Amino acid sequence: MRPFDYQRPDTLSGAHGAARDGATFIAGGTNLIDLMKLEVMAPDTLVDISRLGLDRIEPHGDGLHVGATVTNSDLAADLRIRRDYPVLARALLAGASGQLRNKATTGGNLLQRTRCPYFYDTATPCNKRRPGSGCAAFGGEMRNHAVLGTSEHCLALHPSDMAVAMRALDATVELEGADGTRRETALDDFYRLPGDRPDRETTLSAGDLITGVILPAPFGGRQTYRKVRDRASYAFALVSVAATVRMENDLISNVALAFGGIGTRPWRDHDVEDLLTGEAPTTALFEKAGDILMKDAVLREGLEFKDTLVRRLLTATLTEMTQ
Amino acid sequence: MKTSFTVNGSPFSLDIDPRVTLLDALRDHLNLTGSKKGCDHGRCGACTVLVDGRRINACLSLAVMHDGDEITTVEGLCKDGRSPLQSAFVRHDGMQCGYCTPGQLCSATAVFREIADGWPSHVSETLDGPYALTREELAERMSGNICRCSCYPGINAAILEIAEEDAGHAEAAE
Ligand SMILES: Cc1cc2nc3c(=O)[nH]c(=O)nc-3n(C[C@H](O)[C@H](O)[C@H](O)COP(=O)(O)OP(=O)(O)OC[C@H]3O[C@@H](n4cnc5c(N)ncnc54)[C@H](O)[C@@H]3O)c2cc1C
Ligand code: SF4
Ligand code: FES
Ligand code: FES
Repeated sequence: MRPFDYQRPDTLSGAHGAARDGATFIAGGTNLIDLMKLEVMAPDTLVDISRLGLDRIEPHGDGLHVGATVTNSDLAADLRIRRDYPVLARALLAGASGQLRNKATTGGNLLQRTRCPYFYDTATPCNKRRPGSGCAAFGGEMRNHAVLGTSEHCLALHPSDMAVAMRALDATVELEGADGTRRETALDDFYRLPGDRPDRETTLSAGDLITGVILPAPFGGRQTYRKVRDRASYAFALVSVAATVRMENDLISNVALAFGGIGTRPWRDHDVEDLLTGEAPTTALFEKAGDILMKDAVLREGLEFKDTLVRRLLTATLTEMTQ
Repeated sequence: MKTSFTVNGSPFSLDIDPRVTLLDALRDHLNLTGSKKGCDHGRCGACTVLVDGRRINACLSLAVMHDGDEITTVEGLCKDGRSPLQSAFVRHDGMQCGYCTPGQLCSATAVFREIADGWPSHVSETLDGPYALTREELAERMSGNICRCSCYPGINAAILEIAEEDAGHAEAAE
């Protein structure tokens, strides 16, 4: 690990002061410390944001405000989350391990880096790690990679389970700029596609601190998170889906679907939801939804299985939820 | 950088490079070598310790981030001789090489509290709770602790025995 300066401010303004000079925030550290050990990331200054009082879950209008340093464990265990946003509790519980969830935070989970093996291996070219150096996944092994939203420069997946559920829930990210101004960005607009700059993953500016995530009023209906992976626990998703569905008179009256494991960002396609809304649930309809979801997918060698897998997952999940 | 925390009830003050992980601080600076380094990347659970009663991977945390925290390592679980959980591990052959055992013990100790606190898991049928430590719940909740010798049958039997004893005591007390 490269040497760095460590600061632990106890006020937001203290954190911004440090960040103005180009520091990197550390929350749980479960991703950042890993990457620093490998020298994939080498910050000069670490600003520990764990003691800024951002660890509360509070009412916010008809919804909830989840502080940026609320741990994944505490969020999944919160009774309001379990009752009103079960898809989020389920997604959190499907991620990582009991130990990791006790450290992993809401903000850190949103900003965790990809699990593309070449991103972690500094001996290989990687446009995300070193812009312009190339992409070792081409000509290498593609498995843990995306089929939607990719470019010839990068096809890295966003690995978060939590962010997939939050996207289905229409969550908003609350930010504070280095000058202390607050703003909100819908999660729909938070992540960027890789294009020719895969190192730029979000619409955050330098020094922006995530202060929390806002969940809108509870959606109700049925909610579920299904994750398919290589082993039953403690593994990242091959594909996953966060689904919320409301039925009225045996028709689908409202539906939101977000996907993990297929996109370069937590994936949501409103065309899929438009097709389903107002319709009677049938297998034929769900298969058509799969066609729309995957219409722009690029199934590079090694990733073909994701096409079948995500379509089956979509059909199985909607069948179960609309019964 | 100056950092103070308590480990197993005793206060410690260290002047430490911020790069030192909690795991290395415990092992190399405080000579508490019970906590093990399996992978150093959060993947095996051998380094599991308790911070303020909750389990974490000590390899993915910096010692300086724990200023003021109360840390418990496997050495702290057996201060008064072998704990009931440790005895159960011995009885049920819950180890072969023993490298993962300190992490298993710390993790299981935290699982008992998570169950008592009504925390759900990935395999819980409902999110309402309360939860009992069934075999399936145990496998899911302990999945962050890998045993390279694959002593899972013994590990599970030991933890389940203690969980059942505790549940029995709780019922008797009611
Ligand atoms: C073995 C292993 C298995 C895992 N499995 C899964 C899994 O199955 N599913 C899953 O979703 N995740 C999984 N994870 C990833 C885990 O969820 C993330 O590491 C964790 O959520 C990151 O949160 P953190 O608080 O520790 O972030 P940190 O490591 O502290 O930070 C991550 C990044 O976010 C930035 N950051 C953090 N907080 C803020 C903020 N408030 N404002 C601005 N920037 C901020 C940091 O600068 C850093 O760049 C796994 C991790 C490991 C090691
Ligand atoms: S897919 Fe992206 S992260 Fe992976 S090697 Fe290529 S550029 Fe790097
Ligand atoms: S050494 Fe910490 S998880 Fe393996
Ligand atoms: S007993 Fe050898 S790793 Fe578990």
